[in-house]
Amino acid sequence: MSKHQDIPLTPINTESSEKVRTGDWRTYIPVFDAEKCIKCYICWKYCPDAAIKVKDEESLPEWDLFHCKGCGICAEECPKDAIEMILEEVE
Amino acid sequence: MIEIRFHGRGGQGAQVACLVLAKAAFMEGKEVQSFPYFGVERRGAPVTAFTKIDDRPIRIKSQIYEPDHVIILDQKLVRSVDVTSGLKEGGVVLINTEKPAEAFADLNVNVKTVNATQIAIDHGLGSKEAPIVNTAILGAFASATGLVKIESVVTAIKELPRKPDANAKAAQAAYDAMEGGA
Amino acid sequence: MVKQVITGNMATAMGTRLCRPAVISAYPITPQTTIVEYIADFVADGTLKTQYVKVESEHSAMSCCISASNTGVRTFTATSAHGLLLMHEMLEWAAGARLPIVLVNVNRANGPPWSVWADHHDTIMQRDTGWMSIFCENNQEILDSMIMAFKVAEDPDIMLPMMLSEDAFYLSHTSEPVDVPDQALVDKFLPEYKPEHFLDPENPKGFGSLVMPPQYMEFRYKMAESMDLAREKIRKVNDEFYEVFGRKYGNGLIEEYRCDDAEVVLVGAGTNASTVREVVDRMRDEGHKVGLARLRCFRPFPYEEIRDLAKRVKAIGVFERTYTFGYQGPFTAEIKGALYGTGVDIPIKNYLLGIGGRDIRTKHVRAVFEDIMKVAEQGLDQETKWFGLLDGNTPEEEL
Repeated sequence: MSKHQDIPLTPINTESSEKVRTGDWRTYIPVFDAEKCIKCYICWKYCPDAAIKVKDEESLPEWDLFHCKGCGICAEECPKDAIEMILEEVE
Repeated sequence: MIEIRFHGRGGQGAQVACLVLAKAAFMEGKEVQSFPYFGVERRGAPVTAFTKIDDRPIRIKSQIYEPDHVIILDQKLVRSVDVTSGLKEGGVVLINTEKPAEAFADLNVNVKTVNATQIAIDHGLGSKEAPIVNTAILGAFASATGLVKIESVVTAIKELPRKPDANAKAAQAAYDAMEGGA
Repeated sequence: MVKQVITGNMATAMGTRLCRPAVISAYPITPQTTIVEYIADFVADGTLKTQYVKVESEHSAMSCCISASNTGVRTFTATSAHGLLLMHEMLEWAAGARLPIVLVNVNRANGPPWSVWADHHDTIMQRDTGWMSIFCENNQEILDSMIMAFKVAEDPDIMLPMMLSEDAFYLSHTSEPVDVPDQALVDKFLPEYKPEHFLDPENPKGFGSLVMPPQYMEFRYKMAESMDLAREKIRKVNDEFYEVFGRKYGNGLIEEYRCDDAEVVLVGAGTNASTVREVVDRMRDEGHKVGLARLRCFRPFPYEEIRDLAKRVKAIGVFERTYTFGYQGPFTAEIKGALYGTGVDIPIKNYLLGIGGRDIRTKHVRAVFEDIMKVAEQGLDQETKWFGLLDGNTPEEEL
């Protein structure tokens, strides 16, 4: 907790919210089966956190697990059931 | 006063759990208070919830800092939140996990575990990706602490608006599982 | 009566249902949202017969209540923080139009910094709108106060709207046992609202018309007069409520707890008072002559009760969950004002705690009592104390 002398006049984030590890909120982690993927990118479109990355139209989707909250929407929407949500291990 | 602190995530049902536990104790003639403390209202964000049980009306409105018992709805929180903060000597820390209590020996507290996730899935509560584990874990809590009767927990659960019977069965199943093995 | 374990928001919704408003209009906002949802459930399941009007903002919600109330029916709304601020213009209108609307405000901090937690600033900002204003301490009081609120507001001598405040989360989302009275008892206590003037196509009248300078003052005087009369009316309805339902809240305006031989008292409002009660008992057991005076009614302000209290004690600590920028806590300023010219010159110290929902624990209350006891002996060291402020000087045990 910061002393009032050390904080700005009003809340100002001096760093991008990209640095917030929302992946910590995750209970279930997506496991992707590339064999089943047809590159429709529906998962990419539906991800509410833009945590699925697609480099170009030839690439497979990649998960940004630093930000993925494990909501499972990608798994729900995938027409080929290529994504499975599994309980994430405690480190 | 007996104080129970819940640690869960938005969407797991900690808010309902703290209320159901309060109602169960109320049915047994106790005075109760329960409330959640959540930050952003988002699925997945860590939340805490509180239930206080006493023989006289409860006037203190603050959160729980020295819990008698702790209930953890998501095992991952054990490693990211100080879940045993202020825990009273001998208090039960009930964790929803598929692991045995020994896996959490490093906490140096009285850990009991229940696979509430599997029980919730088995009873069709929530989805496989987001099971609602709150009622199952309360059944386990009744067994682990003896603080409330399982019958009271089941009766309180049956007042829930959604899937009262499945939730009640999940609580009973968790209670029975604890009695049998843990 | 049936005792149920319910939240403050459910107590509000059940209180609403018991009072049978003909029109309800509200816009959801955290932490008031579940009030809107519960009322919608009641309307859907047929247990509440009302016109429930969806609107696009709180300004419209209050506008809708004003129009409905002008047709001569009971109306209700609920909001919080920024919703109440957006209503502000129409709050003035409701009061000036002498419409006995009841509003439940879930006390929440205003942003920025963005916050959804308890703070009394939103209510206090409406001080001068002409609304009566009551702070509730527990869920039972919310439900009971709704029934009393309509009765006071609809009295032909009063005809002013009333705002009830419940602390965000500490009441809105906190479940505790509440006695839910029988509908028949409530119906008897709170008869149908029948105003003298109302919009009626069969009998056209004009409302809210322009008043020239020679007449404006008279209308404002009548508002002031009713607000002053409301003191007695609130006390009376509090007594009548006790006769029927067996519960009362001090004298309706203020509630003293173990003040009789107290040397120092804390004055506070809302749930703060609840935790203070517990500490008063503990410190009394240790032999300290401490007490609590819970300010239930902020408008009209119970100045006579404050004068009476101040004559009996050595020092007053005012325990506030809000602040007026440029002066001090609003309760403190009012209390000091009430004592001017009475010859009572005791130290009055303003303690700011729990702003933006910071948790108020028993140890904080104890520290405040210990401080005000010192002030009683040694005199005032500072007028306003931001208690527990993170400034590097705050002792660890206070936090």
